[in-house]
Amino acid sequence: MMPLLRAFAAIVARDLRLAIRRRGELVQPLVFFVAVATLFPLALGPEQKLLMRIAPGIVWVAALLATLLPLDRMFRSDFEDGTLEQLLLSPRPASVLALGKVVGHWLANALPVIVAAPLVGIFMQLPYGAMLVLLLSLLLGTPVLALLGAIGAALTVGLRAGTPLLALLLLPLYVPVLIFAAGAVDRAASGFAVVGPLYLLGALLVMALVLAPPAIAASLRISLS
Amino acid sequence: MLDAQGLTCTRGERTLFDGLDLSLAPGELVQVEGANGSGKTSLLRALCGLVPLDAGRVLWNGVDMDEARIDFLAALTYLGHAPAVKQDLTARENLRVAGALSDIPAAMRVEQALERLALSDLADAQLRTLSAGQRRRVGLARLLLHPTPLWILDEPFTALDVTGKRILEGLVGDHCRASGMALVTTHQPADFGDLPVRTLHLRQA
Repeated sequence: MMPLLRAFAAIVARDLRLAIRRRGELVQPLVFFVAVATLFPLALGPEQKLLMRIAPGIVWVAALLATLLPLDRMFRSDFEDGTLEQLLLSPRPASVLALGKVVGHWLANALPVIVAAPLVGIFMQLPYGAMLVLLLSLLLGTPVLALLGAIGAALTVGLRAGTPLLALLLLPLYVPVLIFAAGAVDRAASGFAVVGPLYLLGALLVMALVLAPPAIAASLRISLS
Repeated sequence: MLDAQGLTCTRGERTLFDGLDLSLAPGELVQVEGANGSGKTSLLRALCGLVPLDAGRVLWNGVDMDEARIDFLAALTYLGHAPAVKQDLTARENLRVAGALSDIPAAMRVEQALERLALSDLADAQLRTLSAGQRRRVGLARLLLHPTPLWILDEPFTALDVTGKRILEGLVGDHCRASGMALVTTHQPADFGDLPVRTLHLRQA
């Protein structure tokens, strides 16, 4: 295997292994996501029409907040135990290794939420026809959130009061993803064509994949100096 | 060979060092001394490029660090204040990851490194179950994963027992006798045998 690919795979595998060994942290976003989305039908009553109308927005807001929750941890332990320094001192490009960190984080924290999303959709009376679009929008949208979030997490990892700052920093950046993604699910639920917003999400993902890793690496350098 | 000229570093209002020169040739061991807060760690981190310098430049084999960065990093093993190991991984897993980040297919060397640091029996225990000194040894085992010419070690003797200290002194001695370079900070007197040690004393500026 190419050395660069080997280093990338080692980072992803290490972070997944760590996530599995710290199961308590692993289930946190999932529990939050399911809890928020199940509380809405209880609070609003079982009126099917109302739930159906708001389901796309609720599911996406819950998913967005659930993935925001663990972001603060993405680089925190690496920063504290010195492994982050070693990442930046590796002869491999730091941006590729940073991308490995994001991929590992996404697999451990966002993928469980995506898997649980159809179940939550059923609670929220989301039409079956919109389920596939919900999954697609999450698969395209949550990596963008993770990549943008990683820039913020990298910038705030050295700060003591990083967590509230991180949310303030990121929520405005998350708005376009939320609008396109929830919009796509909403259109699917109402029976309209959805390719437009999905393409836009795809474009956002490609852009974030290209532009975010160098920004993450540069932010980590600033935080470590 | 590593050459630093006129290094100046300030943190906030404080000047840590001003116009500091340092050179390190193959086979040389330099020990950096100084009181707490005199800037030993900052000096090592600045040489590695982790901390920006206010003035001065660092050359690697005569080439400015901006251009030689990749070569320099491939030649460097840096051990910082923290041992850079994951508590939830075993010693073997930690070293495998460290090996994958460097150039060498490390699987075989991992076992040798574990043995040299007397960690073979503990290789499959998660580090959170080990003592601070044993964790430090796992960090030190990285020195043996791939033979880089330049070692920069920040307080490597911290938390080590007598045996651990002796092992590390042996490692540094072997490294320098084989034309390696080592830059070490330490508070404790270390015994590197017949190896000549140059000391660099940092005074509070």
